[in-house]
Amino acid sequence: MLKKVRRRYLALKIECDGTLNSREFINAVWNAVLTLYGEYGASKTNLNLIDYNSEEKLAVIRVAHATVEMIRAALASITRIGDKSVAIHVLTVSGTIKALHRKMKHLNH
Amino acid sequence: MKRTYADLHLCPNLKNPKQTENMIKKSRRLGYHLIAIPLPLSSVEEEVEWLRRMCKEAKIDFVSRVDLKPKTSRELLKDLRRLRRKVEIIAVTCESKQVARQAAKDHRVDILSFPTELRKRFFDRAEAELASKTTVSLEIDVKPLITLKGKPRIRLLSALRRETAIAKSFQVPVILSSGATEESLMRKPRELAALASLFDMDKSSAIEATSSNPTSIVKRNRSKLSSNFVAPGIRIVRRGKDC
Repeated sequence: MLKKVRRRYLALKIECDGTLNSREFINAVWNAVLTLYGEYGASKTNLNLIDYNSEEKLAVIRVAHATVEMIRAALASITRIGDKSVAIHVLTVSGTIKALHRKMKHLNH
Repeated sequence: MKRTYADLHLCPNLKNPKQTENMIKKSRRLGYHLIAIPLPLSSVEEEVEWLRRMCKEAKIDFVSRVDLKPKTSRELLKDLRRLRRKVEIIAVTCESKQVARQAAKDHRVDILSFPTELRKRFFDRAEAELASKTTVSLEIDVKPLITLKGKPRIRLLSALRRETAIAKSFQVPVILSSGATEESLMRKPRELAALASLFDMDKSSAIEATSSNPTSIVKRNRSKLSSNFVAPGIRIVRRGKDC
């Protein structure tokens, strides 16, 4: 029987001097994953950008549940995007978008 | 019980109070409960007071630390005699094999750290065997892992993989620190642990390397520096006429 695909949603906070558009951001994440784990590793991550808010500097990405730690390491290794100094922190991880938003609301309080 | 996370190697520029304050506040925001900032050898006491005050305002525990970089083992012994009772943590950056061996077997040293250059990384089986007989820990800074790119990072990862495997087989505690010199290089404890997976540290050991391993060093040294400490295993539990 085909195994059910388990996913994780990661809420991210982007700390940078200026603003970034969603394409610059997701390209940087892909580059970091490719640099650290290569194409074979990157193919396991099922990385997808779900939501991006450039004003609040928040992003939501979806990844395969087995690769959360890989993505965490890749995100931590990002120090620059273009000419901007950047740090990306994982705010929370969840199995559904609904739970992710609930957890983020809880974090804001 | 909630874990206490510690970053024992935060390196702000102490001549820039604004940056130091921002980095201390950010440490708290990132989830650390305890931080250590290396102090200059010449002015340990003066710097401790204002850093302690700043950390108290940010509601974070401050630990005093000095980084020794002796050229010879004689110089190391001299520095240890002078500083051991003044600071909570003594780290030795080993730039020669002679210093590395002396630091590993000395009970007054808490942390061994090695430069990024591969020819100066002396943590081998002999070093680990000496370290396993004392209470010294191996410190791994994450900063070079995120700033280096390409071949230098590959070589560093391979050295760290070998060193952590040796440390594990000789039961030498490993501690993960940020080594951050600026705000953008600071990472959450879980992110440091995730980066440790790059050199094959398992998740639970990596989390311990950011929490219980560093906090146990601080706890042990604070009890030794307290006025109630007499000798290892002996401490004053009560004072007064009825004793």
